[in-house]
Amino acid sequence: MKKRSWYFTCGMGLTAFMLLYIVVGFFWTPCDPTALSSADKLAAPSAAHIFGCDHLGRDVFSRTLAGAGTTLVIALAVVAVGFVFGLIIGALCGYYGGVLDSVVMRLCDAITAFPSILLAMVVIAITGAGTYNVIAALGVLFIPSFARLTRGEFIKYRERDFVKAAKLAHVSDLRILFVHILPNTWPVLLSGLTIGFNNAVLSEASMSFLGIGVGPSEASLGRMLSEGQSVLLSAPWCTFFPALVIILLVLGVGLLGEAARERIG
Amino acid sequence: MIKTGIRRLLLLAVTLLLVTVLAFVAFSIIPGDPTDSILGMNATEEQIAVLRSQLGLDLPLWQRYWNWLSGFLTGDLGTSYNFDMPVATLLSSRIVPTLTLAGMSFVLILVISVPLGVLSARYAGGRLDKALTVLTHLNMSVPGFVMGIAVVYLFGLVLKWFRPGGYVSPEEGLGAYLRFMLFPSLAVALPKSAMTVKMLRSSILSELHADYVRTARAKGNPPGATLWRHVLRNAMLPVVTFLATIMAELLAGSIVVEQVFSIPGLGQMLVSSIGNRDYPVVQAIIVLVGFAVVVCNFLADSVYHLLDPRLKGR
Repeated sequence: MKKRSWYFTCGMGLTAFMLLYIVVGFFWTPCDPTALSSADKLAAPSAAHIFGCDHLGRDVFSRTLAGAGTTLVIALAVVAVGFVFGLIIGALCGYYGGVLDSVVMRLCDAITAFPSILLAMVVIAITGAGTYNVIAALGVLFIPSFARLTRGEFIKYRERDFVKAAKLAHVSDLRILFVHILPNTWPVLLSGLTIGFNNAVLSEASMSFLGIGVGPSEASLGRMLSEGQSVLLSAPWCTFFPALVIILLVLGVGLLGEAARERIG
Repeated sequence: MIKTGIRRLLLLAVTLLLVTVLAFVAFSIIPGDPTDSILGMNATEEQIAVLRSQLGLDLPLWQRYWNWLSGFLTGDLGTSYNFDMPVATLLSSRIVPTLTLAGMSFVLILVISVPLGVLSARYAGGRLDKALTVLTHLNMSVPGFVMGIAVVYLFGLVLKWFRPGGYVSPEEGLGAYLRFMLFPSLAVALPKSAMTVKMLRSSILSELHADYVRTARAKGNPPGATLWRHVLRNAMLPVVTFLATIMAELLAGSIVVEQVFSIPGLGQMLVSSIGNRDYPVVQAIIVLVGFAVVVCNFLADSVYHLLDPRLKGR
């Protein structure tokens, strides 16, 4: 009991703080995140630039605000795509079973055999870089894992008495699926969502780090890290702060997921 | 036993085939023609037609798949558009560092996580356990490439235990090569070790209540010996499956971390080939990684059956 509240409190606090940080970044940044200034090149953290400046004299604080926003939007969109389609596919496969279920699950196996970031890179190789392509690539690749998770849950419930009762009462299949069964599966699905969200954040950051993520005009934590790496010794703040933002964001959501898993038991 | 073995081998073959189909189809639906990127915009119709038949692009899809697959199985992975040389030659030197990285990280994960997982479970609820839990969570939240940068900073720039970017090829000296590779392996292994510790800890804790543990203790075994000899063996079962799924992530992690340490492995090749739209190279790397992952899963499944006599004949 005591431990559960610890995960939840820390996770909630951290996530709330990071969300606040990102939402503020949508409306206000202390400097223009793209403004170049040769005078401030690699300036150390100071009152004017609390996180310092990068190799082009851009304010690192403003850039982490903007970059975290990009990351959050992409991660949420990815999870939404993966979740909605995964839920529908998993629910249908789990509830009805049969040949379709076997075929779809084999396909999911084949897709999940590949590391998701690798496949996303391939999709980017085919479609070209850009925010929407990253969302589409990662979103589609997240469908199989959500489908598998949902399927397992629906299989668990389809033989339960309340479902049989609903069938006898001539409740439509659609209603059984999404009104009767779905609410029971939320705890497991939510914990899956937190894992998916974190994977999306990490994948997006890795792809931007490799230079095959969002477009070059977009601020991105991953690209900040790859640019900061070349000046790691002389200006560690260019690397430290974007890394910190990613780590705190992932840690907060991860702790929330842990709290959800502990409640399931 | 033999029957199930044959069935699993067949399933392995089907999955491998599916991997090749996916990889082939994905690159066949690309809008635009590879001839554009080879010949450029100013090519004449005839030049394009000649090249298309040279590359076999005028054949129907299934025939192209068949040609590609039979080439693949005989070691002909196609020709790189960009380097104008066989993909197999291009990749053969690149595959060694990536495999070394993945392999070394795998060993490191075992070396780090088994003792920590056991300790954490043995003193569950204690101060050590709590510290390990916090550390594990923190560790899991760090992306591999950030861990790589941290390793470069700490061991490379501050402690100067290795020279960042000073990759040594195995031909230049095996000792120096392995020594250099230790640091990127650490970067790949650390986040995954965190997960493994967590997994092993909960697996041991759920085993501790089993009857055989009480029996072993009642016979006078000290708690430590019971833990290492009896419990760990059972608790490792789910961890083996987990480690197999990690192999995929290790390869992917190696590919990203290679970039941080400027190691000329598959990852660098993949990233530059994606940039150059050099599809045969990308396709070959994808299939190779897919094969590696599928085979690892198969091996883990086999090991699982060997470790657990209860599954005999199933």
